[in-house]
Amino acid sequence: MMQQQPIHSYLEANARERLQHLLDVDSLEEWLPPSARVTSPHLAQLDAPVAFDDGVVVGRARLAGRTVFVAAQEGGFMGGAVGEVHGAKLVGMLQRAIVERPQAIILLLETGGVRLHEANAGLIAVSEVMRAVLAARAAQIPVIVLIGGSNGCFGGMGIVARCANIILMSEEGRLAMSGPEVIETANGVEEFDSRDRALVWRTTGGKHRYLLGDCQGIVAESIEAFRVAAVQAIDACLAQPAALTLAALDAEHLLLSERLVRFDAAADPLAIWAALGIVDVAAIPMLEADAFMALAATHRLGVPA
Amino acid sequence: MHASGWQAVAARLFPQGHAIVEVKNFLSGTATVGLTTVAVIGTTDHTPIGVEIALAQAHAVLDAVRNHPKRPILILVDTQGQRLRHRDEMLGINSYMAHLGKCIEFARLQGHRVIALVYDQALSGGFITSGLMADACYALPQATIRVMGLPAMARITKVPEERLIELAGHSPVFAPGPENYLKMGGIEAIWEGDLASLLAQALTQADPVDRRSATGHLRGGRKLAQPVIEAVLAAGRPVAASTSPGTAHDAAKPA
Repeated sequence: MMQQQPIHSYLEANARERLQHLLDVDSLEEWLPPSARVTSPHLAQLDAPVAFDDGVVVGRARLAGRTVFVAAQEGGFMGGAVGEVHGAKLVGMLQRAIVERPQAIILLLETGGVRLHEANAGLIAVSEVMRAVLAARAAQIPVIVLIGGSNGCFGGMGIVARCANIILMSEEGRLAMSGPEVIETANGVEEFDSRDRALVWRTTGGKHRYLLGDCQGIVAESIEAFRVAAVQAIDACLAQPAALTLAALDAEHLLLSERLVRFDAAADPLAIWAALGIVDVAAIPMLEADAFMALAATHRLGVPA
Repeated sequence: MHASGWQAVAARLFPQGHAIVEVKNFLSGTATVGLTTVAVIGTTDHTPIGVEIALAQAHAVLDAVRNHPKRPILILVDTQGQRLRHRDEMLGINSYMAHLGKCIEFARLQGHRVIALVYDQALSGGFITSGLMADACYALPQATIRVMGLPAMARITKVPEERLIELAGHSPVFAPGPENYLKMGGIEAIWEGDLASLLAQALTQADPVDRRSATGHLRGGRKLAQPVIEAVLAAGRPVAASTSPGTAHDAAKPA
């Protein structure tokens, strides 16, 4: 495909830069912008700095002409972690979507999950975001998650991401639950060596998630590529119900059940990729997004979200 | 709490009897509450939630949806959180937990009332996809509910542990007791006394709408969540147009 536009790295951009290049020009109407100065009520007692947007942008915009509600987490502020205000902004946007019915909700997730500085309040907030995502889906508003930031998408928000209709990742994106450092701290370096970058990437990275069926597309590492993929995802979602169905949950149950049987003895994602019939597993990390998608097409598992 | 703790709790919850079985720290079965049969799922001995036990719980929920329409579901919570193993991450534990959460949500939408009781421990990811997915989550007075132990939290936040211990003494955000979650709206009520009648009452009161931020605001434990939600709902609109679903608050502006 010809490149018509400048390429902006998704990985290196901050939340606002991602939205600027993802969305139609000047189409974002932000709710509770930094000028509103709604900051965390909990950080001061820990002498931690606050952000005027509490690390998340929420609002309404257009994407290739389609009306969307968006949220973008700022990985540069506390790793994108969810505190009371941050979570409430997400919940407010998701609830407003049920009232105003955009064509889709786009969540640019970059987060370690619960903001530990807000501990209990952060945990409840993540739960409220999860329920609000599912409430939006129940109202037939599709939810699409983009993951490509350097902090990945971890903790409770790794669960929330898998409540969406579609997840799109770059190969640099990571999606998991507990971070490698947390596992290493709890159970030792033999369990998970957090400094083994290749192992961390194989275990949590976009390509492994795609091969297992836990995300629906791998896109090249640019905001423009995410834009193209997001537009396609919106249109794909509009062709089917956004809400949970028993058939889809049954299919997911089967996928997850078979995964446990089939890969029970695998010690490394490489063994899983080989079991999927990929001959040259060592080549997987080197493949560009398009070449990877072409190779993965005949090997990956997965069901419609 | 000792290993048979769940049985003592079940005896108090279900004086009319129950048929709950424990297999590898996973509880499932049925019990009788008044004239109603409820489906029971849960975990024991603070077991970490790994991929297998998350899937087993999801299976039990789907079974209730398929074979026993509208049968109420009780989740008995006792977990130290998600299992911290490479294998679980490799297999996509977040997907297993999300699947469990989605199954509970689907049950709710199909008319099942979902009640949870933290009878011992609740922690982090194991709680988000169990107790916190219920219509209403209750706790016993001796329950501990937290995100993470304070030593680990100190390591990650780089806040000295002594400071966190001090804060845990007076800040509902850091203390592990159920009363703090009560103030913040995460726990509907703390159950003391006649558990059977409290459960029967909870089943009649269960409400599928998530009102925790409004409750946390009313109880003073989370002062900003509900005002922020309402401010986002009202942003850019004429002043009177408050549309917050299921709440009857003024469109309060955050400070």
